[in-house]
Amino acid sequence: MEFEIFGFGILTWIVFIPILGLIVLLLLPDKNSNAIRWTAAIATGIQLILAGIIFALFDRTKTGINDAESFQFVEQFSWITVDAVPWVGRIEINYFLGLDGLSVLMVILTSLIGFIGVISSWNIEKMVKGYFALYLLLVTGMMGVFVALDFFLFFIFWEVMLLPMYFLIGIWGGPRREYAAIKFFLYTFVGGILMLLTMLALYFSVAYTDPATGQSVHTFNILHMMNPANYVEGGLLSGVDTTWRYVAWMALFINFAIKIPLFPFHTWLPDAHVEAPTPISVILAGVLLKLGTYGLLRINFPIFPDATVYFIYFMAALGMISIIYGAFCAMAQDDFKKLIAYSSISHMGIVVLGIAALNTQGMVGGVLQMFNHGIITAVLFLAVGVLYDRTHTRGLYDFGGIANQMPKYTGIAMIGMFAALGLPGLNGFVSELFSFLGAFEAYRWITIVSVTGIIITAAYILWTVQRVFLGKTPDKLSTLEDLTPREILSFLPLIILIILLGIYPGPAIELMNSSLSHLVEFVNTGGR
Amino acid sequence: MVEQALFSLGYFLPEIILVVTLCVIIAADLFTTRRDVPGYLLLTGLVTAAAALVWQGVSNEAIFFNMIAVDPFALFFKILLLVTTGFVVLFSLQSAELKAYKSRSGEYYMLLTGMLLGMFLMVGSTHLLMMFLALELTSISSYVLAGFTKNNLKSSEASVKYIIYGAVSSGIMLYGITLLIGAAGTADIFLINEALQAGAGTPLLLNIAILMILVGFGFKIAVVPFHFWAPDVYEGAPVTITAYLSVASKMAAFVLLIRFFTLSFTDPGAGFGSGTWELLPGINWNLLGGGMAAMAMIVGNLTALRQDNIKRMLAYSSIAHAGYLLMGVVILTGQGLVSVLIYFVIYLFMNLGAFYVVMLFSDKFGVLSIENYKGLGHRAPFEGMAMTLFLVSLTGIPPTGGFVAKLYIFGAAISAGWIWLVVIAGVTTIISLFYYVRVVRNMFLFTPEESADKVIFGMGSKIILLLLIIPVLLLGIYFSPLIEWAATSLNMLGM
Repeated sequence: MEFEIFGFGILTWIVFIPILGLIVLLLLPDKNSNAIRWTAAIATGIQLILAGIIFALFDRTKTGINDAESFQFVEQFSWITVDAVPWVGRIEINYFLGLDGLSVLMVILTSLIGFIGVISSWNIEKMVKGYFALYLLLVTGMMGVFVALDFFLFFIFWEVMLLPMYFLIGIWGGPRREYAAIKFFLYTFVGGILMLLTMLALYFSVAYTDPATGQSVHTFNILHMMNPANYVEGGLLSGVDTTWRYVAWMALFINFAIKIPLFPFHTWLPDAHVEAPTPISVILAGVLLKLGTYGLLRINFPIFPDATVYFIYFMAALGMISIIYGAFCAMAQDDFKKLIAYSSISHMGIVVLGIAALNTQGMVGGVLQMFNHGIITAVLFLAVGVLYDRTHTRGLYDFGGIANQMPKYTGIAMIGMFAALGLPGLNGFVSELFSFLGAFEAYRWITIVSVTGIIITAAYILWTVQRVFLGKTPDKLSTLEDLTPREILSFLPLIILIILLGIYPGPAIELMNSSLSHLVEFVNTGGR
Repeated sequence: MVEQALFSLGYFLPEIILVVTLCVIIAADLFTTRRDVPGYLLLTGLVTAAAALVWQGVSNEAIFFNMIAVDPFALFFKILLLVTTGFVVLFSLQSAELKAYKSRSGEYYMLLTGMLLGMFLMVGSTHLLMMFLALELTSISSYVLAGFTKNNLKSSEASVKYIIYGAVSSGIMLYGITLLIGAAGTADIFLINEALQAGAGTPLLLNIAILMILVGFGFKIAVVPFHFWAPDVYEGAPVTITAYLSVASKMAAFVLLIRFFTLSFTDPGAGFGSGTWELLPGINWNLLGGGMAAMAMIVGNLTALRQDNIKRMLAYSSIAHAGYLLMGVVILTGQGLVSVLIYFVIYLFMNLGAFYVVMLFSDKFGVLSIENYKGLGHRAPFEGMAMTLFLVSLTGIPPTGGFVAKLYIFGAAISAGWIWLVVIAGVTTIISLFYYVRVVRNMFLFTPEESADKVIFGMGSKIILLLLIIPVLLLGIYFSPLIEWAATSLNMLGM
């Protein structure tokens, strides 16, 4: 699919539009906060429009995954080329972007959440320029990871997110922001180093034959890494089912598990969420966590199909533990935001269980759950933010009877809550159902235990609804005002999607179906 | 005889220019009281020397009866040394710390020139005698420079410690050199190589000699366990000199080490890729070197965690970086050495940058303690952001040059099969995040007191910072020219 604007492909634009916005923004005077906000809104708004174009033009039948021909909107330029110099040999790093059914939904999610994040950041007053500059950098990093098909590029985008996130939590966060920020930084950096080492090991193990010159060239190209024929004789990661391949899989898995976050790598998440400002929590839960599961599907599964099959029970079990453990932890919280943070762990566990099923149903359910969870938690974190702005507390026992004071708000928040609970008719139900159906075929007992997580989820959500929205309104809350138009604007697209995808998930499933079936087949046949 | 000397002089032009500069600075110091004249004279000398290097072009000659090699490898580092010295002179011209000693500024720049001359000789020397003389010329200049701010007790302490450590290690090294000369019957390292191939010397004697020489090198590059001088000297010396020691002097010593060990102890027919010092039976030298590198990374990074003085912290960080560099050397492949070259180019900019911001903050706010950095990022946003960038680059996070440097060193070690060493390097990199980020945290995560205003630094300092920032960022995004340059520069006379 060719679609170019001023000579650059649509993916380049969607990744780097925020950087253009960043440059404009840096030239604006510090005082002019509104111009700064509008710049950010326009930049992310254009991203959203581009995502709409992608959605319209995307060819639903092409598979992608390991076949460069069937990727769409592909852009491939050589970026770093060093022709055979002594000692180093030929080096080739490509600027290689492309979309397939796995990434297209994530790109749409990122642009949507990115835009909503800007709108909900409108009332940030502290160092506005710095805030939006870092925010736009963060959005570029996230978008880049989802479209990069060169491991080196993928890694750069992955690490570019670190520093903005550290500052966004660390400067604009709550009282314990320093601790939360460094904890986030440290966890992700540990994962980054693991990924770096694995990436290098892969680089030296993989070489493809350049059709033009017949030379054998080491490459960072992710698609070349998926082809068993490209592994050099005697390379560290060559062969099938070797110890080093297991080690490499595990290193990558830990990196992605930290991002997801899977039990036992999850402890950074509640801290980061509680301290982060509302829009950053939305970004964090809405997009950042998906990078973990996306990485598993883009890198671990197709590059190491042998190790994936070997560790698959282990992965499913971790998914199960996350579901149950996250739900129980959520039940024990009396901080509204922390409760949602733990519920994220629980819901991301469902994604992991779904994709670990290694069948089309589970895989589709898992990826759809990534999208749905992104939207649902965005609603929930925005809802907490609204209450916190007005009352400056998040204690669940401080609220009560909000329904009387803020009827519009209650309606919107309830939809989000019930979607998280998995109520049929809302989007969460569809993806959870698919995930569990797929998983049940593969692991009966693990799935049966996991499903009890749904019951716990229902319990803590209903209990929360009761504590916050129902009952008598305490006196100090009697002056609460309902949602402003700006706030409604930030909720509206999400709520529409929740209902729409609950009733008719077809458009979303169509986007990814052929790619994911191909991925399942690819992994199950060991990449041949 | 005369012909050889005349022929050699043609290749010795940059060094001659430095000698002339040195004399001019001494003379000018007699006639002018203006503090910055010697600095500008030295800058002129540097530019002229650079022009001479360019005019001379790439060559591959042995001059002065095999005393000195003029080859692409030396050229590469001469350019880096000139750039480093240029930056340090620019720093020195602005330093408030040095202003207090303005009557002695001629002396300062004269010593700096002497040190640079010593390092120029170091990177080329192929004769044990020349090696030692060049090393001493560099060292003695740096002992005096470390104690230059002599009213500051710490500076004097630094100088004395440096001399004592330096004298002892030089003595041991010299003893090792004499043993080696005795065993091989010559001080020319090409001939030593031939003698060793012919089976000269007993393994015991050779191993003792090399061990002693290694002590001298270990001292100069400040790796564990010969690093104890570094933190005290780095803390006490003026910031400009600390920056210079941590980049230039380390660089020159590494070049000497690489050239000496490669030319003496590997079979030149096998090239750089042989993977062992095959002419030295007995001790597993690779493993010993790898152990030293690992210890430097571990000790340097762990100790840096507990430092409050930012100069001390950067001292330990530079010990850790010496460990990463040594890792590139001990794997003994051409690829490893190329990555060392790449590392040095990037290290130069990021480390000098960090020290420059330290100097600016210490001059303006009088702070050297990391605790007192709180809120400085809000008071001096541009400088704070620059510091963040340099520290992030030192940690090795993309898209900065520091990442590319680490990428190549790690990559070379992985492809040579040194997995355990790479894992240690990876773990210590994670540890290093803590102390680098602590500075960033203090600068930005704390708001300054209400009374503290924003501080505007001069245009000059902003330009110097930009000159350092641009390469750090650019080399993180586009680095193919650097790799090509480094790879073609790994071309030593005699290999």
